[in-house]
Amino acid sequence: MRYLALFILTFLFWLLLTLDVSLVNLVVGAVVALITSLLFSKYFFDKGYKFLQLHRYFWLLVYIVILIWECIKANFDVAYRVLHPAMPIKPGIVKVKLNLQSDFARAMLANSITMTPGTIAVDIVGDDLYIHWIYVSSEDPEEYSQKIAGRFEKYIKKTFD
Amino acid sequence: MVSTILIAIGVLFNLFGCIGLIRLPDVYNRLQSATKCGTLGTCSILAGALIHFGFMDAGIKALIAIPLLFFGATAAAHALVRGAYHFGVKLGDKSVKDDYKDIAK
Repeated sequence: MRYLALFILTFLFWLLLTLDVSLVNLVVGAVVALITSLLFSKYFFDKGYKFLQLHRYFWLLVYIVILIWECIKANFDVAYRVLHPAMPIKPGIVKVKLNLQSDFARAMLANSITMTPGTIAVDIVGDDLYIHWIYVSSEDPEEYSQKIAGRFEKYIKKTFD
Repeated sequence: MVSTILIAIGVLFNLFGCIGLIRLPDVYNRLQSATKCGTLGTCSILAGALIHFGFMDAGIKALIAIPLLFFGATAAAHALVRGAYHFGVKLGDKSVKDDYKDIAK
């Protein structure tokens, strides 16, 4: 199942990349996708049946819209800090608790955090996520966990976990 | 017209990213501006290219370059920050908090 999922993804990607439906191209794409999925699927999907749960696709769309919005906000935030004469920064590394189980969901959360205003994921140790924050605005772990990860966690939980 | 505006916005944000790279104090803060402005700026340029070419050959390639760039930039930022920390680069003088210090050893 997991092989099939990665095979379909890589094959679709090949078709998009080449935009050519001649027989030679399809065969080459299928062979390459097969090799890739045999070699790498064990790193990507622990449970292939998740691809068949259609409600996940709906939450994926919601998540992408939120991600793009946060991404744009992040840029204005960084641009403001960079262009401001006094440079209002107060950087530090903070620790945030994770509530997600699967590795893929955790990776997606770390990616989203890197793309949101002023935060970069540094490392994951056990259940803790370490984050470099350009403006540490509060000292309370509950509050900043909510501020950094809470925005995405529920959507990622519904989509990938 | 729309594509020109998108490309102009993209170039502008890439410029902000470069200014941040020079102005901000240490490696970690510089990476913040480099990843965020660089990614959205370049994605905006690619979206402009998509609108300019339409859903043809080059346009679709620009479209699929966006998620690739997104994953590449985030993974690279993470690897650089973590690598710099383990290499021993100190956090800048303005830093107020470091929870990672004990774990990193």
